[in-house]
Amino acid sequence: MAALLQPNYQLVGTRPARPDGVDKVTGRARFGADATAPGMLHGMILRSPHAQARILSIDISAAEKAPGVKAIITSADLPDLTRDPGTKAILENVMARGMVLYDGHAVAAVAATSKAAVRAALALIKVEYEVLPHVTDVDAAMVPGAPLVNGGVITNGVDPKPTEKSNIFERFEFNGGDLAKGFSDADFVVERSFKTGATHQGYIEPHACLASVGPDGQGELWVCTQGHWMVRNLCSTLLGMDLSRLRVTASEIGGGFGGKTTVFIEPVALALSRKANRPVKVVMSRDEVFRATGPTASASVDIKMGMKKDGRLTAGEITLRFQGGAFGGSIVQLGAMAAFACYDITNFRAVGIDVLCNRPKLAAYRAPSAPIANFAVESVMDELIKKTGLDQFDVRLLNAVVEGKRGPFGAPYGRIGLRDTIAAAKAHPHYKAPLGKNQGRGVATGFWFNFGGNTSVSLNIGFDGTVNLVLGTPDIGGSRASMAMMAAEELGIPYEKVRAVIADTGSIGHNDTTEGSRVTFSTGMATIAAARDAIKKLCGRAAATWGIPVEAVEWDGGFAKPSGDNAGKFDPLSLAQIARKSAATGGPIAGHNEVNADGAGSSFGTHMADVEVDPETGAVRVLRYTVIQDAGKAVHPSYVEGQFQGGATQGIGWALNEEYIYGANGRLENPGFLDYRVPVASDLPMIDTVIVEVPNPGHPYGVRGVGETPIVPPLATIANAIANATGVRMSEIPMSPPRILKALKTKSG
Amino acid sequence: MKVIVSSSLSSAAGGQSEFEVEPGTINQILARLGRDYPVLAPIIEDGVAVAVDGVIFRGNFTQLVQPDNEVVLLRQITGG
Repeated sequence: MAALLQPNYQLVGTRPARPDGVDKVTGRARFGADATAPGMLHGMILRSPHAQARILSIDISAAEKAPGVKAIITSADLPDLTRDPGTKAILENVMARGMVLYDGHAVAAVAATSKAAVRAALALIKVEYEVLPHVTDVDAAMVPGAPLVNGGVITNGVDPKPTEKSNIFERFEFNGGDLAKGFSDADFVVERSFKTGATHQGYIEPHACLASVGPDGQGELWVCTQGHWMVRNLCSTLLGMDLSRLRVTASEIGGGFGGKTTVFIEPVALALSRKANRPVKVVMSRDEVFRATGPTASASVDIKMGMKKDGRLTAGEITLRFQGGAFGGSIVQLGAMAAFACYDITNFRAVGIDVLCNRPKLAAYRAPSAPIANFAVESVMDELIKKTGLDQFDVRLLNAVVEGKRGPFGAPYGRIGLRDTIAAAKAHPHYKAPLGKNQGRGVATGFWFNFGGNTSVSLNIGFDGTVNLVLGTPDIGGSRASMAMMAAEELGIPYEKVRAVIADTGSIGHNDTTEGSRVTFSTGMATIAAARDAIKKLCGRAAATWGIPVEAVEWDGGFAKPSGDNAGKFDPLSLAQIARKSAATGGPIAGHNEVNADGAGSSFGTHMADVEVDPETGAVRVLRYTVIQDAGKAVHPSYVEGQFQGGATQGIGWALNEEYIYGANGRLENPGFLDYRVPVASDLPMIDTVIVEVPNPGHPYGVRGVGETPIVPPLATIANAIANATGVRMSEIPMSPPRILKALKTKSG
Repeated sequence: MKVIVSSSLSSAAGGQSEFEVEPGTINQILARLGRDYPVLAPIIEDGVAVAVDGVIFRGNFTQLVQPDNEVVLLRQITGG
């Protein structure tokens, strides 16, 4: 695809005020829990206290008679769609069907006239369980004789296919070259094993929705989500509704980071509403968010890498074992694909093993899987490079993949900016800054694929010449601003004349979910195309006004101008002038585009951190942190920098503190922000950012997605910094004070 | 033209890593591969991504492929 790069942008690359800023700082913005409706009921969910148990009976008779109760549902109220494996997992996660498979698994739901009435009714529901053995650790789940999750599965991806059931759901392998030769060619070989804890996305806004299904079967849903078409499609399937009969509106969103890319409470709220014939609002508590939504995988990893004295990598082998909860279908395949993606390694093998455990079904979390794989690879890279005595960045530059090199997943790279980010890191003053006692510096580089996807955009020009840009991808990172900028750039009008809105599912065509770093790329592509569609129509109206062929009209700087032989014969017409007369020249003017966008362009970033480790407590303080990443073209640099900083912050939390902790009883022991500690502003330095711009040929402006890559390198960056500060290589994430203290004591004997 | 099957799919493809097929759109190439090589039919049915000269197509398979393009069949890439 040829890039249509426009180097002299008027708006792209500037930093206008965000259109949702005033609403958010004044409290006017409406989030999921802010929706209300006349006659609204409150809904809540009864959840399993057991990690694994058979449901013998559910007695709702007493609860049904409780004051204020209008509807109770169990899995019996949802169609049995368990024959389809994909639907089965979502359906059984939304509401347990015969078995509860993790602490917090939904068992029944009640809608009543007040929250107090709901709570009283939930207490009256009698569930008889047969408690079964459980397993919550990925390695323990793979041991022969381990408790089988939901009876176990026959492993996919293994030849010959096993005859015995186990907790191993699927195996993936990517390989190339001659691994044995690669290791024999190496001057240095490092072999390590690592473990990483499961983390939650930690979005501040809990899941919330308001559902209303009428007696005619038509429904509406107001919901906090990253993708309201996804919600509509899944809920319609689970409830047996036509897509067109369910209209879904996305609220403002208080964070998602991948965690709001599936459904949990939404089908329950709709089913309650359908049964009660009243609107039903369901808002998760923080406890429910932790226990019953989708954290990321916990993992154990074995890795071995070889390097020559000159720094050239000769071989890499990694085995990733991910538990993604009780249903399978984890993200480990992506981890195996991403592990060695930064480096040109001829001889490699990357194996991913998806393991069942009695934990909640994972959801995406910013570059899902890549941070775990990257932690292992970049930790070992750090060790290997030290053995060579060479510079950390020089060796990474030597091995970095470039355009035309084949990635470990099989495809060659297009134009990429990995080397540019590494070179920028090496030249950054941070790299040469002095360090003090107990302080260390770590570096790492990381990769993410980036995705495109189905996108629809409408651009409506008002009679006053202002523009409504109608989008369908929820704005989780500033996309309304960047889309308005791209539309204004194309149309040649001020940014303030474009208002971008997120439409409901009945207002424009399908839009895939806001995920995969796809929105600025694919919605941007559709926005530009919709603007160009509108420009064609504007030129047509001008041509008709002047009585010349449309081919003789050009669009320049917000004006239609006669061109060629007609140049100068007529005064240019502005967009506003054409819009004002549009009723008389054929009617309203709008541009549209519907696309399934591909060519997203891979993304690479390089990070540096300085830490200080307290030898008495094991506490780590991050002193300085720098993110350098290729954005292709930064449409709104402040938002791009915000993504860099946010991703790094979440990665630092993952590296140092965050972890799901399960007790021996299989129950989550830290389902709240007091015991599950995310970094707060006072924990961190100001995170410095450098935007590298290597244009993506797949986008008209060269845009690459930027949202996910910044969470990939921080785990290894911090681990490498700690290793340099202490001389201790940490093998388990999070690197919490007790773990570091223990490692320091072990080192000192 | 030649279609390369990535290492993660070659086992399911009976160990073969390259297949000859008439050029066309990605959709046409996938249909011809499934027709001419039954071992590939279930792989394609399960869902694949296709890289054409390094550009990965995950869903929009209308791209016309030229005989000199490098085409790689990949496992379906989802999530993110």
